[in-house]
Amino acid sequence: MTENTERNLTPAITSEAGKIQDHFDLFQTDPYQDLFEYKRQFEGAHSKEKVAEVAEWTKSWDYREKNFDREALTINPAKACQPLGALFVAAGFEGTLPYSHGSQGCVAYFRTHLTRNFKEPFQAVSSSMTEDAAVFGGLNNMVDGLANSYTLYKPKMIALCTTCMAEVIGDDLGAFIQTSKQKGAVPEDFPVPYAHTPSFVGSHITGYDNMLKGILSCLSEGKKQETTNGKYNFNLGFDPYIGNIRELKRILQLFDLDYTVLSDNADSFDSPNTGEFQMYNGLTKLEDAGDSINGEGTFFFQKYTTTKTQEWIGKEWGQETYNFRPFGIKGTDEFLSKLSEISGKPVPQELVEERGRAVDAMTDSQAWIHGKRVAIYGDPDHVFSLVNFLLELGAEPVHILVTNTNEDFEAELQAVLDASPYGKNSTIWGKKDLWHLRSLMFTEPVDLLIGNSYGKYLWRDTKTPLVRIGYPIFDRHHMHRYETLGYKGALNLHNWIINTILDELDRQTIIPAKTDISFDLIR
Amino acid sequence: MTYIEDNKELIKEVLDAYPEKAAKRRSKHLDVYEEDNSKCGVKSNKKSVPGVMTTRGCAYAGAKGVVWGPVKDMIHISHGPVGCGYYSWSGRRNYYVGTTGVDTFGTMQFTSDFQERDIVFGGDKKLAKLIDELEVLFPLSQGTTIESECPVGLIGDDIEAVARKKADETKKPVVPVRCEGFRGVSQSLGHHIANDTVRDWVLPKADEYRKLPEGFEPSPYDVNIIGDYNIGGDAWPSRMLLEAIGLRVISQFSGDGSFNETVMTPLAKLNLIHCYRSMNYICRHMEEKYGIGWLEYNFFGPTQIAKSLRKIAAQFDETIQANAEKVIAQYQTDMDAIIEQYRPRLEGRTVMMMVGGLRPRHVIPAFEDLGMEVIGTGYEFGHNDDYKRTEDYIKDGTILYDDVSGHEFEEFAKKLNPDLIAAGIKEKYVFQKMALPFRQMHSWDYSGPYHGYHGFAVFARDMDLAINNPTWSLIKNPWEAK
Repeated sequence: MTENTERNLTPAITSEAGKIQDHFDLFQTDPYQDLFEYKRQFEGAHSKEKVAEVAEWTKSWDYREKNFDREALTINPAKACQPLGALFVAAGFEGTLPYSHGSQGCVAYFRTHLTRNFKEPFQAVSSSMTEDAAVFGGLNNMVDGLANSYTLYKPKMIALCTTCMAEVIGDDLGAFIQTSKQKGAVPEDFPVPYAHTPSFVGSHITGYDNMLKGILSCLSEGKKQETTNGKYNFNLGFDPYIGNIRELKRILQLFDLDYTVLSDNADSFDSPNTGEFQMYNGLTKLEDAGDSINGEGTFFFQKYTTTKTQEWIGKEWGQETYNFRPFGIKGTDEFLSKLSEISGKPVPQELVEERGRAVDAMTDSQAWIHGKRVAIYGDPDHVFSLVNFLLELGAEPVHILVTNTNEDFEAELQAVLDASPYGKNSTIWGKKDLWHLRSLMFTEPVDLLIGNSYGKYLWRDTKTPLVRIGYPIFDRHHMHRYETLGYKGALNLHNWIINTILDELDRQTIIPAKTDISFDLIR
Repeated sequence: MTYIEDNKELIKEVLDAYPEKAAKRRSKHLDVYEEDNSKCGVKSNKKSVPGVMTTRGCAYAGAKGVVWGPVKDMIHISHGPVGCGYYSWSGRRNYYVGTTGVDTFGTMQFTSDFQERDIVFGGDKKLAKLIDELEVLFPLSQGTTIESECPVGLIGDDIEAVARKKADETKKPVVPVRCEGFRGVSQSLGHHIANDTVRDWVLPKADEYRKLPEGFEPSPYDVNIIGDYNIGGDAWPSRMLLEAIGLRVISQFSGDGSFNETVMTPLAKLNLIHCYRSMNYICRHMEEKYGIGWLEYNFFGPTQIAKSLRKIAAQFDETIQANAEKVIAQYQTDMDAIIEQYRPRLEGRTVMMMVGGLRPRHVIPAFEDLGMEVIGTGYEFGHNDDYKRTEDYIKDGTILYDDVSGHEFEEFAKKLNPDLIAAGIKEKYVFQKMALPFRQMHSWDYSGPYHGYHGFAVFARDMDLAINNPTWSLIKNPWEAK
């Protein structure tokens, strides 16, 4: 038994310099370090030697094999559930209140998650279903919920998705909404698009797809005209970089194209501070969304986020759909060529110059990334575009991990990897999670990790520097405001990647008289 | 009209926006506090109104996120679909010391990631297999809790049977927690359910599971810290203070707690409980079963810290009481300096709060130590006994709001125009867009600790930097005449 007697139990409030010590400093001081040590005896903790031994074992091939033998357990997955994507896409439409039908805790989680990433308010409501609804169904909750939210929040549209509770008890959304309207909860002609978004199917990108299809089918019903409207529709998918929507619009304006962005949530996730809170910031007008059925065609930038919507548009609207990945140089080239073709205009000089600048920057710093081994994870389309960019830079995406993968995606990406000299050492790890990735990074180390904030635990454990690109990013600010799309976006991606590498070099060479031989001023 | 009447009128105005039925339901949750009116008070722990934006979470959030989650050396399985565990992953800042992934698991997410087939065929087999896999990959884990998500309770799985079987096989605790999100009206029932699992699945086997520290002898000064979740490290300055007055903290449940500390709890002489709302159940049980008394304390701000230290010391002998006086005196100079530094910058500033378990009342005196005034407060998931306790802290005319909706909170703020709003992440940016200074009072806005004397210094600094942030003055542009 360690005694309590010889410890300093009244440590100073402020540091010697007079600075108030918060958690960053306070717990590193001796009195608190002693407290931790003293507390340990009550914890029933394993010996430090044992912990070190097991920690070392978790880095081994043996551990990796056991880790990859998992069949039932998921640890640190890189995916969320459907309603998150449903709420995300709904927020891009004019005056739209996202509504989650089922247990109420879910919507608290979605709002929290989106808010933490974007540092913006996110407003959504729930049916607040409890035990009685589990027994009798959620009809009454929906009738009341629609009436209350319609009256209180005065939306132009309520976009309704489900939680797994409502799905398991089998609530019939279409019939419930109809009944709610008959009971006067909302006017008959008030749009209440809906989507079934069970969290035990797919992931947040599936929910995005389902809700987008739900909204478009609701708003476009009966809107088909004899002739097309001369506009093209554009959809970005579950893309957390709202700078991308703004960049896309700028490019389309340079081509003088008439367009509709399907779910323009740029202002929903990046609204100006005017001193007044505005609840609705979705920029896609409901009328335009309805009229998108008469468009010349619809462009998608996330093929695997929107498979159902695309199939439905082809079949029901009889409209052409186009898949592009305007990220990196070649992806943007292809997209701009297409815009040039449909607009009948040459690629504007402004964009040609931007391309030149992006390529110039990539050339300037290419030496620092060439041949670097990279691990990357995230949603299928997100990863696809980044892999394209890495290959352009001559980096080697060694571990490509996608928890919410699918076969078509893997086949398409594999073909891209096979076609590049830098893709020869790549493996696509489908349906795997970040604990698998930890084993991969210990047994087959890489120089760089690209992922969301959850990647920081892999950074800590494996000491691999992390470039934060993806969703969510909770521990760096304002990344989402930048564009990753187009040539300007390529420059941002390039900047984040290269400067992470250079930062890391400085960290590795910062010890005086030891590693600082290479602590270069000029790199 | 008086201030009280004004505020009553304001409540009426706010309710006007609702449909009749909803207005009637919400009206019972809003009131103005009047010292000499026994009728005033708000209804609480009732269902939220469908379609009206509530900040509340669910039973799962209460059981996994709050009570069990911080027990650092156990693995807590989010049993069901992937989302619940994903959204609550590392979200709460309950700090701990340990090697994550080896002997502690606090910032990891473990889930059974239910697929359609699990809904159709049941998830028990998957759960059993999953626990076997945990044993292989995390041999140093001290046990498992299973937090069930909505579908599990609806498809008729028997997680208790799995838990029993696996506990036998692994010789480690496996605790089934029936915290499906549709149970109850908020996080609160999840706290209760989690407390009950400690009562039913852990404490009966405490003697069997317990590893006593080498040479451990029971002492009359043994206490447990209950209901401090160590947000931003809160429990550590608290522990430091209790040890400084001569008590021996043998367990923290659950912030930076271990499973062994959970089974140490019956050996204590007194349970010291910070968050009454989430942990009173287990304290009551331990009083009944083991005759261990419990005492609520408040470690926010020097006034309450001194009061609480004296109250705690009064449960022990004169040595402890003398120690308490010594510790209070020792910190007095520091506290005076902090108040001297910050009070002039904060004097007279008004605050509206809306938080969870204990803070809507406990933090009020800390604001008052800085010369600030709380003009409105309310709980996300409080019960009647919380509001009763709140009466000791608030002044005439304070607006009370239970499970306040977005609409109500915004309207109150627009009219009362407080200098600071202290609530949660979902509210933060709404009010910041209204140019109202804001601090998150669940996560300490990524700062902390706020408990104890060290915590108060950080609290004072943070309130100052929020209110006296120069960017507020930049919001109005020079061109718009308004």
